[in-house]
Amino acid sequence: MAAGLLLLTLLAITVGPYPVSVVQVLDALLDYAGGSVGETDAQLETVLFSVRIPRVLAALLVGAALAAAGTVYQGLFRNPLVSPDILGVSTGAGLGAAVGILMSMPVVVTQGFAFAGGLGTVALVYAVATAVRGHDPMLVLVLAGVVLGALAGACISLVKILADPYDQLPAITFWLLGSLAGTQPGDVWSVLPFVAVGLVPLVLLRWQMNLMTLGDEEATALGIDPRRLRVLLVAAATLMTASVVAISGVVGWVGLVMPHIARLVVGPNFDRLLPAAMIMGAGFLLIVDTIARTMAATETPLGILTAFVGAPVFLWLLATGRRSW
Amino acid sequence: MSVLRAEGLGFGYPRFPVGRAVDLTLQAGEIMCLLGPNGCGKTTLFKTLLGLIPRQAGRVLVDDRDILSLDRRHIARAMAYVPQAHATVFPYAVGDMVLMGRTSHRGTFSGPTREDRDRATAALAQLGIDDLSERDYTQISGGQRQLVLIARALAQDAQLIVMDEPTASLDFGNQILVLNEVRKLAAAGLGVVLSTHNPDHAFTYATSVHLLGDGTTQAAGHPIEVLTPEVLSRVYGAPIAVERLPSGYNVCVPTSLASAS
Repeated sequence: MAAGLLLLTLLAITVGPYPVSVVQVLDALLDYAGGSVGETDAQLETVLFSVRIPRVLAALLVGAALAAAGTVYQGLFRNPLVSPDILGVSTGAGLGAAVGILMSMPVVVTQGFAFAGGLGTVALVYAVATAVRGHDPMLVLVLAGVVLGALAGACISLVKILADPYDQLPAITFWLLGSLAGTQPGDVWSVLPFVAVGLVPLVLLRWQMNLMTLGDEEATALGIDPRRLRVLLVAAATLMTASVVAISGVVGWVGLVMPHIARLVVGPNFDRLLPAAMIMGAGFLLIVDTIARTMAATETPLGILTAFVGAPVFLWLLATGRRSW
Repeated sequence: MSVLRAEGLGFGYPRFPVGRAVDLTLQAGEIMCLLGPNGCGKTTLFKTLLGLIPRQAGRVLVDDRDILSLDRRHIARAMAYVPQAHATVFPYAVGDMVLMGRTSHRGTFSGPTREDRDRATAALAQLGIDDLSERDYTQISGGQRQLVLIARALAQDAQLIVMDEPTASLDFGNQILVLNEVRKLAAAGLGVVLSTHNPDHAFTYATSVHLLGDGTTQAAGHPIEVLTPEVLSRVYGAPIAVERLPSGYNVCVPTSLASAS
């Protein structure tokens, strides 16, 4: 599976308005690794290292992170219909970005706003849910997420009304549909540490994640502390989502569908499910983003394409899949 | 040394007490049957004994140590819980389900080892269901699920197993199968507490019985001594007679049928 992803990555780099052969790509990469930059064609180098490779890497990172977060959220909420947006991380990030665009902030600041908006919304949801006692904690958490997500959605609408309809409004709309068109060479490197930090608890707790899907009482009786683990896992999955959404905008479907497809293929054990979902999420978003930048003269937003590609694939797997979920 | 002891235990929820003043003691090798009408708090008592919900009064001791002084991993190694057979959301393989019973034997950030897998396989084999290992837990029958959950408790390697109505959803043959397994576990030195709606199970399998009603203990002790027709009729609110069969088993029969015919 990993080898397939590598091949896919290599092919994706060759595709685009400026076609490059696989040999040229490998040659350029070898030169780059050998430190002898400048020997290759300068134009080719610019296309590869400033535009195409950063964008391909961003697609891989965003896809893997969203799929990992979706896998964790679906397990924690014991519901296969949950996506990483359930606690409002995407809506919160959208609001942050919309405010950033409204205030005509530089891209980096807007990304920071989106990141903070995503984390802040989930933190608020968790705080509200903790303050409300005497109910099923997971139910309160979901309801708080829905309510605060709706509130953030209303705020986004308000910002849209206030925004300049010729300049800011299209930027906000485009951001909310997700795109990697504006990927800067440094984006992946600034987001990667956050994704890595978020991934560490998921990898360490991948076995315990299985117990979390049995519900709090059984998990407790089997010897773990679900309340404490849940805070850690939600924080980790939210960190991953908020950081990648900051560079890609809101990309739907990946976090919902990829965990499903991975589960159909390797089963629900997180030991295998987490890596499988991440590889598939990375591959899926890479394919979708490659289509987005090559299909038409203008960029197609990712949020539209993920649905167009994701929905049929999902239905096909649902119809032919052997396993239930 | 008792494997489980409750002293003056009050259980329920804040502002909603369910039961009070329950004393019970279980030794290794014993099977205690918990009986009582619907809604008398059997499940709540179990959750309190397991420390899954906070107790309202009294103490719960495992191996003579208060469970409040133990962390979850230690409690899990001392007592295993077999919930009523349920469906999981995700289709875990039966083998993985049983393997989850080994979690308390490893660190917070560790997964199962080779040794744990062997233990899980042995637990499945002990119950004669090792052929289910690769099947999805969501696709086997209710009786098989109950056996899988018991196998998980065995893999947990605790000296005490608490079973919440292990026979509730089972057909007659599977009830006998499960209760015979329970008897073997006790013979091997484990302590077992189980709840049931069938007093006959207490006569046939239990070494002691605990009858719960109106939020507290109505009778406790040896089944044949304490499960008298008077006590059973009062607690269950229906006329019940206890008859001794030629085979030596005691069974409960509703006397209203006899008078009607």
